[in-house]
Amino acid sequence: MLVLSPLLVPLITALLTALLARHAAMQTRVSVLGAATQLIFAAMLLIDVLQGGRQSVALGNWPLPYAIEFAADALSAAMVLIAALLGFATVLFGRHWNETGMGMPGLQPLLHGLLAATAAVFLAADLFNLYVWFELMLISVLGLLVLGGKRRHGDAAFKYFAVSMLGTLLMLGAVGMIYGATGHLNFSALRAASIQPGLAGALPAYIGLLLLAVLLKAGAFPLFAWLPASYHTLPAPLLALVGGLLTKVAAYVLLRLLADVFVATPGVLIEALGWLALATMLSGVLGAAYHWDLRRILAFHIVSQIGYLLFGIALATPAGAAGTVFFLLHNILVKAALFLIAGLMWASAGHYDLRRIGGLYLARPLLAVLFLVSAFSLVGVPPTTGFWGKFLLLREAFDQGRYVWGGVALAVGLLTLYSMSKIWVEGFWKPHPMQQPDHGPAQLRPAATALPATAYTAVMLLSLVILIMGIFPDPFIRYVDAATARFWTGALR
Amino acid sequence: MPRSALLTQAARPLYWLMLAAAVWILLRGHNAPGGGFIGGLVAVAGSSLLAITLGPAVARRLQPLAPLPLAMSGVGLALLAGLAGVATGMPFLTHVWTDMGLSTVMLFDVGVFLAVWGALTGYVFALLDNGRQTP
Amino acid sequence: MSLMLMLGISLTVAAGVLLALSRDLFRLIVGLAVLGSATNLIVFMAARPGSLIPPLVEAGTQQLSTAAANPLPQALVLTAIVIGFALLCFALVLGAWLAGNSAGDADQLRDAEPAATDAVKPPVLEP
Repeated sequence: MLVLSPLLVPLITALLTALLARHAAMQTRVSVLGAATQLIFAAMLLIDVLQGGRQSVALGNWPLPYAIEFAADALSAAMVLIAALLGFATVLFGRHWNETGMGMPGLQPLLHGLLAATAAVFLAADLFNLYVWFELMLISVLGLLVLGGKRRHGDAAFKYFAVSMLGTLLMLGAVGMIYGATGHLNFSALRAASIQPGLAGALPAYIGLLLLAVLLKAGAFPLFAWLPASYHTLPAPLLALVGGLLTKVAAYVLLRLLADVFVATPGVLIEALGWLALATMLSGVLGAAYHWDLRRILAFHIVSQIGYLLFGIALATPAGAAGTVFFLLHNILVKAALFLIAGLMWASAGHYDLRRIGGLYLARPLLAVLFLVSAFSLVGVPPTTGFWGKFLLLREAFDQGRYVWGGVALAVGLLTLYSMSKIWVEGFWKPHPMQQPDHGPAQLRPAATALPATAYTAVMLLSLVILIMGIFPDPFIRYVDAATARFWTGALR
Repeated sequence: MPRSALLTQAARPLYWLMLAAAVWILLRGHNAPGGGFIGGLVAVAGSSLLAITLGPAVARRLQPLAPLPLAMSGVGLALLAGLAGVATGMPFLTHVWTDMGLSTVMLFDVGVFLAVWGALTGYVFALLDNGRQTP
Repeated sequence: MSLMLMLGISLTVAAGVLLALSRDLFRLIVGLAVLGSATNLIVFMAARPGSLIPPLVEAGTQQLSTAAANPLPQALVLTAIVIGFALLCFALVLGAWLAGNSAGDADQLRDAEPAATDAVKPPVLEP
């Protein structure tokens, strides 16, 4: 039952907040409480998994492999916990946040629906169930995208819908054909069935189709255009949640499917994935270098970071998988923290466009420090989480003799540094463009009031976790090593 | 648009008839083809008929709850039905039958019915309001 | 039988792709809906439908008759229909809203994009 709690708690919270749609203050309180409860249950689940190994529940007491199974192994439990932490941080951040798209009655139910669906994707041990929750996740995001009610929101939501619908159909078709070929949907049964020699002809094609669908949802090259076209219309807290989690969920699904379920996937698909990863990394970081809008810069960096994750998956070894999982955990936190900081920069300086803001270093020193923590992590300066993540991935790549892959990944790190320095120089160091020379202290947006304390608390919470993970990486690295030890080997649990 | 007098007069009786049919399909689903989803769709058809002929306001008034709370109470009922199994010590969604022929399966189906009815009428009303209010 | 179904599905896919390539938002939505139906048919076919007897346990017995159809593909397709339906309804409302705000054509969906004149170098801002 504990296995289902990270999914049931936000579902119940979504229900309660929907019924409280007319009582805004009460709704927010229930929402924060619900997010905190999910975090507690997720932590309990992780402890349970650490002590007792993989936990699973077969819905309706049907016999496996025919029942719908939800299971938490070390990887799922960690993902669920990090998603719950992010959910709590965003709900906290959004409490007193005033931006187009916030404060609508439908926001809290959709947000918790998204959290429930995300947790369910991490816990699903069944291909079709995975598909269902993935779609529920997309439906929640579509709902969040239109909340702003301006034309740009409709524009973004429609593009997002059209592309994700295509991905949905590809995924559904692939799931159906895999079921047709193997007769199974449960992960354990599929793992056993997929290594039958009789399937060596047809199955790789179906897996390829499934990979295409997941890659589209992950925002991999060349299918990422929907991401920077839609994300930036969201208000800061939602942007952090959606930008921090969604594509990473797809990366998790990819890792789970390739490393744990379809272990007999032919090498040519994995090799292709590696080269796609390089293209994804490069195109994302170059896109980011072009833009001046904070949200667009960070949205393109999502694409680039997805490239690192695909690269780790394409290394196709337990060590590569361990690096991928570490990078995944790091990236969810850092990306979300950066989006939240971008929100605080917007609230302080009045614009998301770097050309129209400045002077934040003098006006908001604490914000500058918080930005540095996350920015250094994203770039990979030691000793931050990003450094350890990239170190694990690159060490494995060079061990395998993948010098080109490793070299590109290093170069992309440098370009990331360029983007982060751009934000630092333009947003923090340079004087605000509206400031008159010799006119007192740094000027902020005309009506800039004190930032909400809840928002700062949320960012500090995330930064604290990032710092701990960066300075004391040992237990985390040991954890991901243990979580992925049997990946890519075809070994059963 | 000129209104058809026949349709305006027939809309209300037809609505109740369709609701009755929807409930019949819902209950029939217990042990024959039918069920909550299909029943819910018939109910949506009834509400849409009302909304198109007499306007969304009338259709809203004749629903027990507003679309969103209706859908949410449906999901809530389905969740409750799932949790009933947990209360007896079995996994989530294990169904429980009582001697009187009532069961959590039925409760789940009623939940599905309400969820479909609420969610889809929400969309239909939003469309008829010319999409002025997004759901 | 299989061949006929396969041809039918192919035609549906073709029609869906043709419509989905349109720049008119409603054609695009309908195209995706048609593609969705084709995908549902593919799933249904991939799972090899055989028997036409509904998969219901007869009164007085405890097990499904072996002659009955496999209920799983039906459950999968029903779920897929529900999800596709939800997405489609959402898209229709959104499309109606966009068309009502004079953006019924894909060429007019430009509000979330950066201005076409956006230079690489930052312009000098007016004070």
